[in-house]
Amino acid sequence: MISRRQFVKNGVAAFTVSFAAPAFLSDLAKAQGASSRNLVVLALAGGNDGLSTLVPYTDAFYYSRRPTIAIPAGTVLQIGSDSNGKALGLHPRLTGLRGVFNSGHLAFVQRVGYKNSSRSHFTGTDIWSVANPPSSQGSGWVGRYLSTLGPLDPLAAWTTTGDTPHSMLASGVSVAAISSINNFAFASPNSGSEATLERTTAAAIASHVPVNQPHLAFVASTVQGAMTTLDRVATVGTYSPSVTYPNNGLGQALRMVAGAMSKGIGTKVFFVQTGGFDTHASQDTNGANGAYVRLMATLDDGLTAFHNDLRNTGLLNDTLVLSFSEFGRRITENGSRGTDHGAASVMMAMGGLVRGGIYGTAASLNPDPSNATLENGGGDVTYETDFRSAYARVIDNWLGGDSVAILGGNFKKPSLSFV
Amino acid sequence: MVDDSIAHLLRRAGFGASSDDLATYGSISYNAAVDRLVNYEPTPDDVDEKIGQAGFVGTTSNGKFSPNTVISDARQRWLFRMVHSHRPLQEKMTLFWHNYFATGYTKVANVGQQDGTRLMAAKASEDSRGQQGQIELLRENALGSLRTLLTAISQDPAMLVWLDGNTNTRQNPQENFGRELMELFSRGVGFYTEQDVYAAARVFTGWNLRIDRGTGDGNNAYSFVYNANLHETAAKTFSFPIYSDGGTTIASRASSAGMQDGFDLINALAMHPETARRVVTKLYEFFVSETEPAPAAFINHLALIYLQNGSNIRPVVQTILLSPQFTDPSVYFTRYSWPVEYVVRAIKETGWTGFSLGTALTPLVNMGQQLFEPPDVAGWDLGPLWFSTGKMLARMNFASTLALNQKFRLGSAAAGARGSAQALLNFMLAKMTPADESGMYADLLAYTGTGTWTGSDAQLQTRASGLAHLILGSAEYQFV
Repeated sequence: MISRRQFVKNGVAAFTVSFAAPAFLSDLAKAQGASSRNLVVLALAGGNDGLSTLVPYTDAFYYSRRPTIAIPAGTVLQIGSDSNGKALGLHPRLTGLRGVFNSGHLAFVQRVGYKNSSRSHFTGTDIWSVANPPSSQGSGWVGRYLSTLGPLDPLAAWTTTGDTPHSMLASGVSVAAISSINNFAFASPNSGSEATLERTTAAAIASHVPVNQPHLAFVASTVQGAMTTLDRVATVGTYSPSVTYPNNGLGQALRMVAGAMSKGIGTKVFFVQTGGFDTHASQDTNGANGAYVRLMATLDDGLTAFHNDLRNTGLLNDTLVLSFSEFGRRITENGSRGTDHGAASVMMAMGGLVRGGIYGTAASLNPDPSNATLENGGGDVTYETDFRSAYARVIDNWLGGDSVAILGGNFKKPSLSFV
Repeated sequence: MVDDSIAHLLRRAGFGASSDDLATYGSISYNAAVDRLVNYEPTPDDVDEKIGQAGFVGTTSNGKFSPNTVISDARQRWLFRMVHSHRPLQEKMTLFWHNYFATGYTKVANVGQQDGTRLMAAKASEDSRGQQGQIELLRENALGSLRTLLTAISQDPAMLVWLDGNTNTRQNPQENFGRELMELFSRGVGFYTEQDVYAAARVFTGWNLRIDRGTGDGNNAYSFVYNANLHETAAKTFSFPIYSDGGTTIASRASSAGMQDGFDLINALAMHPETARRVVTKLYEFFVSETEPAPAAFINHLALIYLQNGSNIRPVVQTILLSPQFTDPSVYFTRYSWPVEYVVRAIKETGWTGFSLGTALTPLVNMGQQLFEPPDVAGWDLGPLWFSTGKMLARMNFASTLALNQKFRLGSAAAGARGSAQALLNFMLAKMTPADESGMYADLLAYTGTGTWTGSDAQLQTRASGLAHLILGSAEYQFV
């Protein structure tokens, strides 16, 4: 938050200096489109209760510590066991994703986090974005990866949220923030040739980037970035998907991502977010319209549609979805039938070339202070896999980057072979 | 024509200047203008009565305009106040606090859509049960003390729902409010521990919400209640001093007296040096610069004023507005405008007759700022983070919408400038106030003069609206 602002403040000059001239862009797009592999980073904002996503339904403490919000063993969707033989099941609403799991395209990584996990939404999100704990300041890991690619096409990084996420921020990396194709158009109070004249003039005004005024230059280059990508982005609006996407924020964002991929826009990394995971009260994991059930419905319907659409259009093998959340939640439910901020949680990876399965081991939820799989006096799940190891796997084995350089250290973990 | 320094003051301590504002402020000194803005109580607050009257910006509602019970009407009422209030600093500070105690309607509306709107925005004098919305609390205390605000916000029904204080009990302490109270409302990250969060949660156990049911959604009464039997009476120890003797422990109290725990903690937080520094820094960023580091000596000075005045905000703001840090011409037009600042200033400068604020609601969402719906309790991301390609296009497209709406009026207003393309451009640039027109002047002149210049009404309408669109949509106009 504060640190993110700080970063942008310091990085504003770099945004503009790196901005490529329009004539150069189509070549860039072609060159960078040579590998059509892309990464979709999915943020589950608010702190996802991993224990309700991937349920340790044979752990008696799971039931004793969550008297009202535990999910009955009989309703979980069984997907096998971890390497310790502990049986695990998906939240009962994740029926579509169980199908994806059974097809081998979905991996779960349990107990991902870091030492001294922050319980602050904002610091936690910053730490997951910067990937240098405990620092919450500086560039984001996706941004650092993108900056290794050289001059970037303005659509190389595309966030479907209005804001540029911290994970994408880095010097020299401009991020397209397009949350709606229909709104990404140039309107005019006049029509015909007068409208065209206004558009030409707006582009001309924005092309004067005053290098001695970095903030003005930053906004001018933002206008320029919009103006030079209008027509390409508009083609995404003509995308006709092979499945029906849910009519909610996540579903429509993923539809747009599939459209961008299908139209060969050349975007390397997409950022997609769905929120509401801060379930302090009335978490209701079981009711037909319970809060957590709705969260799982949004996730399941959106990701399943996306998976099936890409499978049908032959793009699944080019795509990797990686989900994260800023923290997991407290094991014992609170008085509001919800859960407070906790520590480690679960990550998901989905794609045609993903090696599906369950990675990492589940915690024992025994509150005994000697239980090494928990922290905070037995209150929270402690991490087993450093989140940077998951990032390293994606950078090295999917994006073809150098994780040691990008993450500032060797976090490779051979057993984490989900891709 | 108003002095540059006062125009700057009105952009920062208000929402820009309409021709009416220029008349008010055109003849007084800078210090008198600051005084008028800061000590606003003598200025009548009758702006809401103007809604729906001719000569003011319009509103659009589904049925009767109901700003106390329909959230989109509440949004328009607040925008109307920003456009027309004669107490612009009060509105500006209300916006500051709305971002500071960022509370979102959608979660509050779990109690019901009408009740949720009432808890956010109702005026007690107009509400069937006398309910006061949070924004009215913030407006009342716009330049009051942080200690008063913290106490009131801790008992504010909307906040009790938003951060789950309504469920905080001895058996199961709820950490949400206690954490944000320290992280966002006072000391800030790095100045509290996880143990402090647990202790603060216990301090506020029993600070709950009482609902006196009425005839249904729109008519229930919500109030703060202290449930002594749900309060945790054991001592609470913090990592920082709670009392002036340096004591860090709130001693065990009988449950009947346990509400004092919360007052002790709030008093301590309000008057902590870290809180003082954090709040005055936020005010500095709000009024002076979000992008240049705040000068340490000035921040120390402001923090001292805050502490010497019992956490009162008015002397801090007054000091800022009169300081060379604020008045230096080098800081003019260096602050990234917030979307509501942009929209309101564009309306004030372009004209509003025949324009409805309802038209601005969706564009504001696309620009990233929906009133009563901050993204989370930390508020909006400010400064350069207001800008991305998508959000900038939303601003440009709002400019187009407004220019189209005002097309004929702009054409008429520009009748005296029909002599040449340059005359029209100069007329429009005097009306609008971009940061610096030198970079775009040649392009705008080429645009205005494209084709044969006839100066006809039709040409004036086309090019005046086109210029309004281009100027309001330029990078230069996005700064205040």
